[in-house]
Amino acid sequence: MSLSTRDVSWRIGARTIVDAVTLDVTPGSTLGLLGPNGSGKSSLLRLLAGVRKPSGGQVLLDGDDLGRLRRRDVARRIAVVEQHAQTELDLVVSDVVRLGRIPHRATWSPEDDADRAAVAQALARVDLTDLAGRSWHTLSGGERQRVHIARALAQEPTELLLDEPTNHLDVHHQLDLLSLVRRLPVTSVIALHDLNLAAMFCDRLVVLRGGCVVAAGTPSEVLTPELIAEVYRVRAVVTPDGPDGVPSVRFLPGPP
Amino acid sequence: MITEAVRGARWALWAAGLATLVLSVAVAITIGPADLSVRDVFGVVGQHLGLGDAGVSRIRDGIVWELRLPRTLLAAVCGAGLAICGAIMQSLLRNPLADPFVLGISSGASTGAVLVVILGVGGGILTLSTGAFIGAVVAFALVLLLAAGAGGTPDRVVLAGVAATQLFSALTSFIVTSSADAEQTRGVLFWLLGSLSGAGWADVVTCGTVCVVGLVVCITLAPALDAFAFGEDAAASLGISVRWVRLLLLVVTALITATLVSAAGAIGFVGLVLPHAARAVVGPGHRLLLPATALIGAIFLVWVDTVARTVFSPQELPVGVVTALVGVPAFAVILYRRRRPV
Repeated sequence: MSLSTRDVSWRIGARTIVDAVTLDVTPGSTLGLLGPNGSGKSSLLRLLAGVRKPSGGQVLLDGDDLGRLRRRDVARRIAVVEQHAQTELDLVVSDVVRLGRIPHRATWSPEDDADRAAVAQALARVDLTDLAGRSWHTLSGGERQRVHIARALAQEPTELLLDEPTNHLDVHHQLDLLSLVRRLPVTSVIALHDLNLAAMFCDRLVVLRGGCVVAAGTPSEVLTPELIAEVYRVRAVVTPDGPDGVPSVRFLPGPP
Repeated sequence: MITEAVRGARWALWAAGLATLVLSVAVAITIGPADLSVRDVFGVVGQHLGLGDAGVSRIRDGIVWELRLPRTLLAAVCGAGLAICGAIMQSLLRNPLADPFVLGISSGASTGAVLVVILGVGGGILTLSTGAFIGAVVAFALVLLLAAGAGGTPDRVVLAGVAATQLFSALTSFIVTSSADAEQTRGVLFWLLGSLSGAGWADVVTCGTVCVVGLVVCITLAPALDAFAFGEDAAASLGISVRWVRLLLLVVTALITATLVSAAGAIGFVGLVLPHAARAVVGPGHRLLLPATALIGAIFLVWVDTVARTVFSPQELPVGVVTALVGVPAFAVILYRRRRPV
């Protein structure tokens, strides 16, 4: 069942940011959220994470209304990697990863062996064991993203939500990070800008515009020159059967 | 990874810290006229706790038990309380420059105090302390309302606090300049800068109780405070009920601060600087940071108050002046040592 939404909407004042979105995430799959800037991708992710309350409709986790579950129980299931998560504090890498254990620890109880094991395993998974003692502020953008993913993994989630995790990363690190996410034994929802990365790493795609779903399906079904012209207002050539059997997109200058 | 040796060393550090606090209190009491020894101090305390005659004259017994001990203990309690409140404000508002007075509490207290002392509001029933406490609570309530109306994000809370601080400082200045005589003005100014003179056992018990209860609440919420490191959405996604935790912590710190300010005035700088010093020693995790901050704050203010009452003896300095004079260079050192490679 995993995550699903039923006509979920979110409004600020008179503005509708997310407009009656219905979607189902297949357990164990990777869902890509596409759409131009301001199309509501980040807001939809926040609704899926339960950190914003829907103005209408429902977000369901295994069929239960997310709003009725305890915050702590939600945090044991759903982990979030935000877009620009920054801190003023002088934290080292393992401090940040340890934050992921908060939903698992009872009040007043200190860190136990299970916590330490989860932190060590999460660090190993993103290949940051050697940097465990490094200060957060000395890390590069790619390393910071990986630390946040390790923190999310320390939560031992079944669902992982990522908001444009490849922003500001070079090509190598983009591929590296998405391959990592893809290998994890979790259901993931990733907001992405890069259509080729979406085609390569997602099982299904949902395209948003103005808060509404305008297309949904497999990458081959969704990524067509017509849709790209309509949603992004650019001309594109799509090779439906690109490398590895996924479509590849090449943009062309000039109006569509 | 934390080894047994590290854990053992940590306990030793806590024990050393507590011993330093107890010794600081005892030694601070001996400083000043009356030529007391640490032994006399422990003897007097033991005698009052029913542990046998200390052989100290009644006058010197009075100096220790009625004057210096409550005063020194109040200094320790104020130092601990203000430092904890500062640490919590900095974490909650994600602002390293936040202190316990950022929400207008000290200026609200000053307005309450001058209303009672200078304008005679309350008809002689209200004391300066009560007036200050009421003023502090009113200012805090106003800040909460303003902040909630403006969206409740940390930067709005800070802005609302700045607005309230300005408003109540202006009111205080207005009342002082328009109706106080020189003597009253001097008295009010002295109180505003913080003073532990005249501390009695009642103050120690009230402030001590509020601080201990507050510290327990805050340590219970330590994981939530840790979760705020990357902002409120990040905290929410770690399972924290952000609105509830934030409101509870703001109210608890406001009550601690208001109680301390009404007993000892607005002692500045303790709440701003000492949390940074504590972070440099035990790191950013709040389960260790809050007790460490309390301990360092207590030791610090015991010594600062000793300096304040003895340097120009018999003339006293406002303790807030000394905290700033000692605190600013300390702050500069911390800033310098914590500078990051850009």
